[in-house]
Order: sequence, then C-alpha cells, then structure tokens
Amino acid sequence: MMQSLQTLLQGWGWPIGLQTLLIILIKIVAILIPLILGVAYLTYAERKIIGYMQVRIGPNRVGPRGWLQPFADVFKLMFKEIVIPSGADKGMFLLAPVLSMAPALAVWAVMPFNDTMVLANVNAGLLYVLAIGSFGVYGVIIAGWASNSKYAFLGAMRSAAQMVSYEIAMGFALVGVLIAAGSLNLGDIVRAQQGGVWHWYWLPLLPLFVVYFISGVAETNRAPFDVAEGESEIVAGFHVDYTGTAFAVFFLAEYANMIMISALTSVLFLGGWLSPFQGIPGVEHTWLAAPSLFWFLAKACIFLFLYLWFRATFPRFRYDQIMRLGWKVFIPITIVWLLLIGAAVTYGIGPWFGKA
Amino acid sequence: MNAIVRFFKSLFLLELFRGMGVTGRYMFGRKFTVQYPEERAPLSPRFRGLHALRRYPNGEERCIACKLCEVICPALAITIESAQRDDGTRRTTRYEIDLAKCIFCGFCEESCPVDSIVETNIYEYHGEKRGDLLMTKEKLLAVGDEYEQQIAADREADARYR
Repeated sequence: MMQSLQTLLQGWGWPIGLQTLLIILIKIVAILIPLILGVAYLTYAERKIIGYMQVRIGPNRVGPRGWLQPFADVFKLMFKEIVIPSGADKGMFLLAPVLSMAPALAVWAVMPFNDTMVLANVNAGLLYVLAIGSFGVYGVIIAGWASNSKYAFLGAMRSAAQMVSYEIAMGFALVGVLIAAGSLNLGDIVRAQQGGVWHWYWLPLLPLFVVYFISGVAETNRAPFDVAEGESEIVAGFHVDYTGTAFAVFFLAEYANMIMISALTSVLFLGGWLSPFQGIPGVEHTWLAAPSLFWFLAKACIFLFLYLWFRATFPRFRYDQIMRLGWKVFIPITIVWLLLIGAAVTYGIGPWFGKA
Repeated sequence: MNAIVRFFKSLFLLELFRGMGVTGRYMFGRKFTVQYPEERAPLSPRFRGLHALRRYPNGEERCIACKLCEVICPALAITIESAQRDDGTRRTTRYEIDLAKCIFCGFCEESCPVDSIVETNIYEYHGEKRGDLLMTKEKLLAVGDEYEQQIAADREADARYR
C-alpha cells in the first residue's frame, strides 16, 4: 500500500523529501489512532473488569453496554477549565503533561507489530526504548514541582525514587534479553525466539520476565506501586492540581505507558508476533500457526489484563517495601540470572543456547 | 526452617497468586448490582423517608398540637404553633419540618400519641430552590392524603412489633 502511494506521489512530481515525510506521517497516524482508541477502551475495560472482580457490573449506561463511556469521559474532561494554580510555574506546569505523554508515544516508533510492520527499524531499538522510557519520570517530577503544592511535590518525590530504582532492575532484565538474543533490534529479538512456545524467552529468562513485568508495573505507577498517586494518602499525588485536558493528558500517558510496557513484554519475552501454535501438528497450516499482528495484540492484551487484575487484587505497597523489593530483591535476582545466562550463552549450555 | 519456607513462599509469589485466584474467581461470580431506576431494593415497612401528616378516616386531621415531636426532635427541625379552633379543639396553625435539618431518626413518629406525624417509605424527592425542602403543614397533609393507603399498610405490617 505504502509502495503504491509512493509511486502515486512520484507521478505527481512531489520531491523525494516530501514524499518520505508524508509517508512517515501517515504511518505515525496509523499507529497513534489505534493506540489512542486502545487507551480509551483500556479505561473502559479497567472499570468493567475491576467492577466484575468486585462483584458489581461497572459502567453500562452510556451507549449499548456502556461502550461509549470513554467518549463521555473524554468530552467531560475536554470541556473543563484548565486551572493553573497562582503559585505555579506556568510554563513548567503546562510542559509536564506533554513531557509525560511524548515518551509514551515515542516508544511506539521502534515497536515491531509483525515481521515487516515497524515505523523505524533501528539497530539500537532496545537502547532507544530504555532511553525514551526513562524520560517519563521527568513529566511526573516537573508536574509535582511546578504545581507548587506539598501533596504534588511528595508524589513527585516518591515516584522519582521509585522509577529510578525500578529502572535498574528493568534495565538488567533487558540486558538478559540482549545477551540471549544477541541483538538490540526488537525485530531481531523476536526472530531469535522463533520455534514455538518453549523457545520464547519467558522460559529460559523466567525470573527476568517476572522482574521485568513487575518493574514495568512500578514504572507506570500502577497499583500496587501507585504511591505517586496514592489517593488515600496524598490525594492524587503529582497531578492534584491538574484539571481538564491537562489532567486528561496525564491520564492518557499513564494508559499509553501501560500498553507500551505490555507490548514490550510480549515482544521481549513472549515472541511478539510469533504464533504459539507454531509447529503443533493439526493446526500447522491454518492461520492460527501463522505469525501475525493478531498474536502480538493478543499477547499484549494478556499483560494489560494482568495490570487490571493486579489493581483489583493487591493493596498498595508501603514506601519502604517498594524500595526493599526494588533494591534488595529484584536487582540481586537479575544479577544472578544475568551471570547464568551469560555462562549459558558463552559455553552453549542448555537446550536454548546450544550452539546452532 | 520456618524462615526458609517463608523465603521461598515469598520468592515464588505464592501468596500473591492465591490472592489473584480469589479475585479471579469473583470475576465470574454473580453480580449484586441493583440497576436502580429499573430495579429497586426491597424496603422495610419501618423505612424512614419523607414525612407526612395523617388524617382520621372522617377527614379530621390527627395532630392535636401536643408538641411532643417538636420537643423530642434532636435536630430542632420541627416548628409548631397552635391555637384553639372554633369548635373548641386545639389544632396547629403552623406545622413545619425543615428537611434540610431533619436527620430521619424517626423520634417524631415514635413520640406521637395519635400516630399523626409519620415517616413514609418515599425516598425519591428533591428540592430545586431554597425552601422547597421546608415541609409546611399543607405539604405534609397532602403527602399524607396521597399515600395514606401505603402508610396504613406499613403501620399494619409493623403493628405486631410495636
């Protein structure tokens, strides 16, 4: 499709730079619109699923079965006034939501949806993900600082400490994947997992897989690691003073980050677009066994569901418990497993890293 | 030994998985939601809602202006003024309940010697401007007239236990 568009533009005599720009823009829109719709329906799914787990029904009034609820929420937020507190640093205050939103969207540039569908097939994809992902913390800190409010500042400090500590465990988990796959390119990482469910990295890297996903939950400030918001302790944490669209952007960023972490987990540990039925006799030649976008999305949905399940199940961690878990449990576990993986890959030990 | 068992239990997240098992089971459980405007929760005959002043079957108002309800009212929501009527009986000239003050304790109903002031099971009412929730004697009597059947049935059902 993109190819035919390019020839069409060439036919119209567009300069090559403009052509590429337009095509990239179209691709970005094609990624972002489903993403934002996904965010909208993730909020709906969250309310519905948590409702079900709490033995109630959840939103079911707006539209059939409540399907229009996210749009009702969006319109409500859009028509509200953006209040800027009188003591706030105006520029920073308005910059913060953008700073937390931008990284959540930017990471999607290197996300491989299937074998060929990727916006930017960069070699250092994993590094890019780490670098951009770490940016998210600035939005939170700046929001807390610029609000000029004690609660917001407390929330920002908590989330800063938390995100910085969990970034390390997360980084180590990614190093494990990097060692196992021998590549920083996300597409190559998926290709290295080819060969059926038991070849995906969740099995050889099981501890790293668990650590990565839990750190991801902490990184996105979701329950049970939501001390940055901690509505029962510090009202709403870093975004107490945000209203209307500014708040909506924070909200969007949080959910976009959740989708991003889920998609990354499925790419790094569950073989991204690869099919779980690959190589299983009987379904081998049906669409089920073919690697496709469907499997990528299905795997991401599993993790999104886990996010919601966690939130419905676990009470919030105490602050010192969060720090203990991050520094004294996750980091040692990842370091030990890194050594094991390193040895296994170097000497070709085990069924997964045997020399081909 | 215990410490080691505990260590491995927490390392393998066993308790967390059990917790998730509980919420996971409840997800498929029967939902207790009452879809309010279409479905309603059952009401007890003792339900204490909107107030009403009752009349005798012959149309005479029950209230004899004894002011027991005014005295017992913990929120001081009731105001009564009384005067002698032409036929020599004592009646209220003013009987007001400020629903904005009322705490719906039901003491007025309990203190009433002639079962005049009662609390009905009506709970869907609202005021749109200041003063709408100040129930005057006329409004209270009107509520009583309209819902007398329901009121009488509720008293009847609860009579055994009074």
